Amino acid sequence: MNQPFMLTHVWIVPGLMVVSFLLILFFGKRFSERVTSGIGIFFIGVCFVLSCTAAVNWIQRINHPVANASAAQALITQPDGRPAPIAGQSDADAVIGAYRGPAEAAADNAVKAESTATTEATTTESTATEGATSTGEGAATSESTSAEHEAKASPIVSRWTWFQWGDVTFEFGFIADGLSVLMLFTVATISLLVHIYSKEYLHGDVRFTHYYAFLSLFSAAMLFFVTSSNTIQMLTGWELVGVCSFALIGHWWEDKNNSDAALKAFLTNRVGDVGLIIGVVITFFAAGATSFNVLHINQYALSPGANQTLLLVGALCLFAGVTSKSGQFPLHTWLPDAMAGPTPVSALIHAATMVVAGVYLIARLYSVFYEGLNIGDNWINYVAVIGGITIVGGALLAFVQTDIKKVLAYSTISQLGYMVMALGVGAWTGAIFHLFTHAFFKACLFLGAGSVSHAAHHTFDMRKMGGLRKYMPATFWTFVLGTIALMGIFPFAGFWSKDEVLAGSLSGQRHAYTFMLVLGLVGAVMTCLYMSRVIYLTFFGEYRGHGTPHESPKVMTIPLWILGIGAVVLGLVNLPNAWKVGNLDYTTRFEHYIEPTFAFPVINHAEFNWILAGATTVLAAIALFLAYQYFWKARSVFLGLKDRVGALAWGYKVLENKYYLDHLYTDIIVGGVKGPIARGSYWFNTSVIDRVVNTAGTASVAAGRVLYTQVDQKVVDGLVVATGTGASESGEALRHIQTGRVQQYAALMFAGVAILAIILVIFV
Amino acid sequence: MLLNQFLFLAAALFCIGVYGVLARRNGVMVLMSVELILNAVNINLVAFGAYRHDITGQVFALFVIAVAAAEVGVGLALVLMLYRNRRSIDIDDVDLMKG
Amino acid sequence: MLAELMVAENIAFYLIAGLMVFAALRVVTTRNIVHAALYLVLVLAGVAALYILLAAEFIAITQVLVYIGAIVVLFLFGIMLTRAPMGPMHDSDNEQRAVGAAIAVVLLGIMGFTLFRAFRDVQFDDLQVQTTNQVATSVFSTYLLPFEILSVVLLAALIGAIVLARRD
Repeated sequence: MNQPFMLTHVWIVPGLMVVSFLLILFFGKRFSERVTSGIGIFFIGVCFVLSCTAAVNWIQRINHPVANASAAQALITQPDGRPAPIAGQSDADAVIGAYRGPAEAAADNAVKAESTATTEATTTESTATEGATSTGEGAATSESTSAEHEAKASPIVSRWTWFQWGDVTFEFGFIADGLSVLMLFTVATISLLVHIYSKEYLHGDVRFTHYYAFLSLFSAAMLFFVTSSNTIQMLTGWELVGVCSFALIGHWWEDKNNSDAALKAFLTNRVGDVGLIIGVVITFFAAGATSFNVLHINQYALSPGANQTLLLVGALCLFAGVTSKSGQFPLHTWLPDAMAGPTPVSALIHAATMVVAGVYLIARLYSVFYEGLNIGDNWINYVAVIGGITIVGGALLAFVQTDIKKVLAYSTISQLGYMVMALGVGAWTGAIFHLFTHAFFKACLFLGAGSVSHAAHHTFDMRKMGGLRKYMPATFWTFVLGTIALMGIFPFAGFWSKDEVLAGSLSGQRHAYTFMLVLGLVGAVMTCLYMSRVIYLTFFGEYRGHGTPHESPKVMTIPLWILGIGAVVLGLVNLPNAWKVGNLDYTTRFEHYIEPTFAFPVINHAEFNWILAGATTVLAAIALFLAYQYFWKARSVFLGLKDRVGALAWGYKVLENKYYLDHLYTDIIVGGVKGPIARGSYWFNTSVIDRVVNTAGTASVAAGRVLYTQVDQKVVDGLVVATGTGASESGEALRHIQTGRVQQYAALMFAGVAILAIILVIFV
Repeated sequence: MLLNQFLFLAAALFCIGVYGVLARRNGVMVLMSVELILNAVNINLVAFGAYRHDITGQVFALFVIAVAAAEVGVGLALVLMLYRNRRSIDIDDVDLMKG
Repeated sequence: MLAELMVAENIAFYLIAGLMVFAALRVVTTRNIVHAALYLVLVLAGVAALYILLAAEFIAITQVLVYIGAIVVLFLFGIMLTRAPMGPMHDSDNEQRAVGAAIAVVLLGIMGFTLFRAFRDVQFDDLQVQTTNQVATSVFSTYLLPFEILSVVLLAALIGAIVLARRD
């Protein structure tokens, strides 16, 4: 019971999907569609089961904290062997001081962490089952304003030292805690449903095997990403899901638009990834340049001596990666174009899982963001602002789309804005809960759109749809369920998650993030409006396409129903405490199990604000009424407004051109580089650099020539020749002394004698 | 008598002999000049012998005379050979070793 | 008496010296080769007289006998055998006359200077006659070896002259 197998061996889940990928890759071509999809579905099904097991194990772990001081070697131990205190106590020094980093991990191959932190010493065992009806832990139920946390278990980390270089350890490890288990469950579920759905959707496709291979690879990569224990591994998973996204968006690459969209997605993500990599490096160095482990980094961020500026810069750099991956303004431009891929891909990747990778990143490294941006004490910060802008920007753009998938894409962007904004205002649980519910209802909506297009002869243009309610009831009702959840109507899932986000921005931290609250409310209203438009154009009125639409087969509608039901009921897992009735412990279950207590900042949890909830409900109702008037009754003052008011017409045009961002990126930035800058560089290269090089070359040649003619020929050779000539000339001159005449020799001799005599006589 | 008288005389004869050796064209005349030189040396020797009451001066002079005789004999033989071969005893014509 | 002797010797010396120098000059300047030989005789005779003055009688006689009697005769034979012209020759001196004269003068100057510095006023003490007996004794005892070698030299010169000058 101490160390559940599924939690210590959580790497099996991505590992299985890797096996699936390899099988399909190598053997898929030989098999029929049935077998290929069967392999994929089988493996993801097993992963789903294992994820559920892991979730159950984790819940049990939370419910039964083992009070065992002499447990196995902990990830964090104090020098005297006592288990480390919970994060949130002021004793943070002891926690940081005791962290010995990778040195103790080298002894063992896999160090498992079992911290048994108990403050209130709740040692009462309880037979906890899923759903948490235990009683023993009631003493530590968290209040919304209290800074105490319940006694919870620390994450289980299994890791192996990849290599060590001086102080730095590069590890390869997996972490199992509430967040990763939740993500496992979400990804596995949605992926399973998408696998099943795709079997029918891509029936007869030219690259069926290829599709399933990449679907498996994507699942493997995403599962790997959410269980990574260090930032380097997270980077690997991040890039890998980007690659799979590229491959899957461009699945029908014969059409150039699709391959262009795939490239756009990949390259836009690349732009953000620069910031991500820089952020990974900065956090590594900030945390003492010893390890990339996320717990280590989080712990550093929480320590009192942390460098706040460095954390801020690191957080902002990491956020650059989030901006591109999670479709925040202004790097969201790839998401709508990514709808060129098959609809199940859009459902899986661009609604439920990949795009939330950025949100997961922030959630995982939340201490860095919390401390760096000082979320607890500010009333505005960069992350929240970007989130807020994204909410409204995405929502506005959803109004002017004619393609149903594009509407849903902008809706996704807007909802991602909610999640990021929630993280920015300190509503961690709200963000993750919204991530969870959003995955379900957005996937439901996307698959529903796929089903609709399946019926309307593969068009997504809403102008060619209409009145499909009569033909496809299952699709219609699940779509409606998903829409209501998205709008956040009580008591559907979206209501609870969105409300938690808004409450967090109102009363979460010391100051109210009022601006964010306003943006959130505006976004909620707009969500109602544009989704009503979609419902109306798609399912109501007269059918404007050709042919006769029909309901999709069961293989496609069953996942829709599953997701639709999920969209309805999943909100209940995190009922706010204000809804607590009696002594049963059923509120805030999500938060109870998922929110980390280890290496996590102390954040306030906003209580359920009845006034806010009432206000949102009223606003939603008004919006729905207005929509009803506008669309169904066609009797509204807003009809034709944009034709009458010039400003609105201009606004409409801006929206149609997607704020001219694409124009900015493609024509101005890229075109600027391609055109003038490239030409300028080329000119610089040829005229300046090449000229320098050529000049150096010609100068060398000229110098050589000068050296040769002047120095070598004249001086050196001259010297040599002169020596010879000198010798011969002097010899020629001296030759005449030798006349052959003896008397002359005698004369010279006597002359010499005379001179010698003079010298000797006079001077000696 | 001063010793210097004899020595000066010997020096004068010597230098005249040197002039003769250098300036005369005829081989026989050169030999004669050589005789002058030798005689100057002899005077020197004998003068010193007389001054120092040492018989060695005379003995040496005797030897010089003998050697002079030998030398003249061989020298004249050489001149004769020269005349036989070249029909002239102008020693300026003997310049086969000219460089 | 001694002073008179001194005066007489000095006069004798200067006369003889003057004659000798004149004769020597004529030896090296005359164009007539036979005249040169005859002037040489004068010089040699003067040398002999000087030897007498120096009381070196044996050497004086030897000088006369050997030099004048043999060597000059040898010269004359040489002149005859080389068909020297009997009258004056046109070109009896070569181009080196000036150089030679200069050298001779320089040498004379330096030697004179040296002699003057070295033996300024050195006088002969009374000159004792050095007899033949003394010479012979010295030659055959102290300088026996050079004497023998000298005889070998003469032999060599003799043979050499014969070999050189023979016709074959």
